[in-house]
Amino acid sequence: MDPRYPRDVWQALTRPRYLLSPWPWRAAAYLLTGAVLGAVLLVGLAAWVTVGGVLAIVLVGLPLLAATVLAGLPVAALERRRLGWIERKRAPGAHADPSKPGAHADPSKPGAHAAPSKPDAHARPLAPDAHARPLPPDPHARPFAPDRHLHPLGPDRHLRSPAPTPHIDPPAPGLRAWLSTRLREGATWREFGHALLTACLLWPAEALLLLVALVSPLAMIATPVLLATAGGGREVKVLKVWTVTGQPAAFAAAALGVLLLAAGAYALGLAAAARAALTRRLVAPPDGGTRARVAELTRSRARLVDAFEAERRRIERDLHDGAQQRLVALTMSLGLARLDAPPGGPLAEQLTRACEEAGAALAELRELIHGIHPQVLADYGLEAAVADAADRSPVPVDVGFVSPLPRLPQAVEAAAYFVVREALANVARHSGAGRARVEGEYGDGRLVLEVSDDGRGGADPGRGTGLTGLADRVSVLDGRLSVTSPTGGPTLLRVEIPCEPTPKDGPCVWSSPRTASSSATA
Amino acid sequence: MVLAEDGVLLRDGLTALLTRFGHEVVAAVGDAPALLAAVAVHTPDVVVTDVRMPPGFQDEGLHAAVRLRSERPGLPVLVLSQYVQRAYAAELLDSGDGTGVGYLLKDRVGQVEEFVAALHEVAAGGTVVDPEVVRQLLRRRRDPLARLTPREREVLALVAEGRSNGAIARALVVSEAAVGKHMGSILTKLDLPPADDTHRRVLAVLAYLRG
Repeated sequence: MDPRYPRDVWQALTRPRYLLSPWPWRAAAYLLTGAVLGAVLLVGLAAWVTVGGVLAIVLVGLPLLAATVLAGLPVAALERRRLGWIERKRAPGAHADPSKPGAHADPSKPGAHAAPSKPDAHARPLAPDAHARPLPPDPHARPFAPDRHLHPLGPDRHLRSPAPTPHIDPPAPGLRAWLSTRLREGATWREFGHALLTACLLWPAEALLLLVALVSPLAMIATPVLLATAGGGREVKVLKVWTVTGQPAAFAAAALGVLLLAAGAYALGLAAAARAALTRRLVAPPDGGTRARVAELTRSRARLVDAFEAERRRIERDLHDGAQQRLVALTMSLGLARLDAPPGGPLAEQLTRACEEAGAALAELRELIHGIHPQVLADYGLEAAVADAADRSPVPVDVGFVSPLPRLPQAVEAAAYFVVREALANVARHSGAGRARVEGEYGDGRLVLEVSDDGRGGADPGRGTGLTGLADRVSVLDGRLSVTSPTGGPTLLRVEIPCEPTPKDGPCVWSSPRTASSSATA
Repeated sequence: MVLAEDGVLLRDGLTALLTRFGHEVVAAVGDAPALLAAVAVHTPDVVVTDVRMPPGFQDEGLHAAVRLRSERPGLPVLVLSQYVQRAYAAELLDSGDGTGVGYLLKDRVGQVEEFVAALHEVAAGGTVVDPEVVRQLLRRRRDPLARLTPREREVLALVAEGRSNGAIARALVVSEAAVGKHMGSILTKLDLPPADDTHRRVLAVLAYLRG
């Protein structure tokens, strides 16, 4: 950090040139706007609650009264913005702003000129995780975010706001989702408390301090002028209490005013710093960045799973179009050659063997491709794919769906399918079961699948990576995977994934151009 | 005949193979729309098509085959696929009356004579289902097939492959009369109404495929 530019008002207070810097004026502006905000808020809240209380008789007022809780939100948003006037440093560990707001860049950091936007860790839309992590020392080496539109807080919502919002984005659009998200957040209630504090307690204190530390000294400084004009050169009352007659006394009062102004500047600085610290604690707690980071991590994890799934499909396609086609062509050539070979001769025999080998290779390749991504899942959906997995299980499996499943998003179908397959594999491998059962249902926006067996139980979901990996995959989709397996059995595995059916022949979720077209219903 | 297959290597190979056995390939195309167009132009005696073809690389070929069979009842269609799936077989056999239709793994083209024999069977109005599909079904133990004895299931599997009673008798080394008796028992157990025998055989296979 450049020592020439204090990062906040606390630091500025310790500088010898504090009185000559803009900081006292900044502190005064901060307190003044705070006082005005508090006064307006008090009037607004009082009016709102009065109207709500009167209307409560006809019940309309009850929601109005309840909505008062949300008053903290805009106030807090404004406060986070105002924090920027007297603080340059944001989250703990984040790098300090080397410059004055919007002014020249720090000359000690030549790289800062190349920064794409304001060199504020929270304002930069390109780095989704900068909220919670100190920047690398070299601005050029900052982490790359794959897509600026995926910034968890929106690309530029906080471009000029120094403090990160502690709120999370609602999971779905619409007022209802927004309300339920906000009301369940601790931050909303803290911000309501802050609004009450501002309206009832803080603003009178701020106003009083401004009067004592700024207005009064200024009035004293103006004494000689007042004496010459309003007082007609004879006498004037300083601060309405102390009568001054004659210019020497007036100038003494002015000198005292200058001294008081200097002391007041320090008082204002201290008050502003304290006010900012309190505000920050209430409306911009340090875990705000963590939340944003968690949101981004969730998203990036989903992207990873998508990429993983797309890759599986690409490999499957490549094998299908490449090796498999060639092997079929090879077996055909061998078959034709065998027809041409003298029957019963050694050549025919060798060709027969070669043909069988090629056939075995094809069969193995087919199984491999099926394991990577079964085509039946893409073509016919989860129900057919589960039936297929049941067909392949060495343990007899009964499959029952309460009603025909709709087509679901590919990520959901794939995750559910692989869970069932892994579960059936475990049944065959460990349970000693004589029979297994897969049941499925889709309703109320969620897919539920249960795999049960009559085996010996005692399965430990923590052991082995198969189910753990699948649980991760399910949780990416906001789903849940649970296993109950008491010793002696039976084992029951249950997976729940919230999802909406995809429209028939709707667009695929995968970005691959070859699978992006809808399935033809020629 | 009209051939649809998107792999150039295989398309040329199949054309050569079929020509060698005296079939005239009037059109060899690479995707489903071209297949529909070619059939409209050439009115072939039999159609051979791949399942997975452009543009979607899903099951366009199968859908094209089903559509052809509904538009032109009696047009024999042999569907080839890299993998077999009961669901595909059932969809295919459900189209039309279930005769003159075949569903084989692509691997079978390696056994040239058998492949050509299967093609002839389909062209003659028979029903051919890949032994792999049959094998998948044998792993299932569900009603009403559960009512069949192992021997009856064996017989039904061979029926699904398009074999006649005589051929089944030879394969199982039993008398043709015994096969006839098994067939009767199968049809009864599957609750199939007495009707024309070929049709009932197809229905039995269908019941089998639906599991």
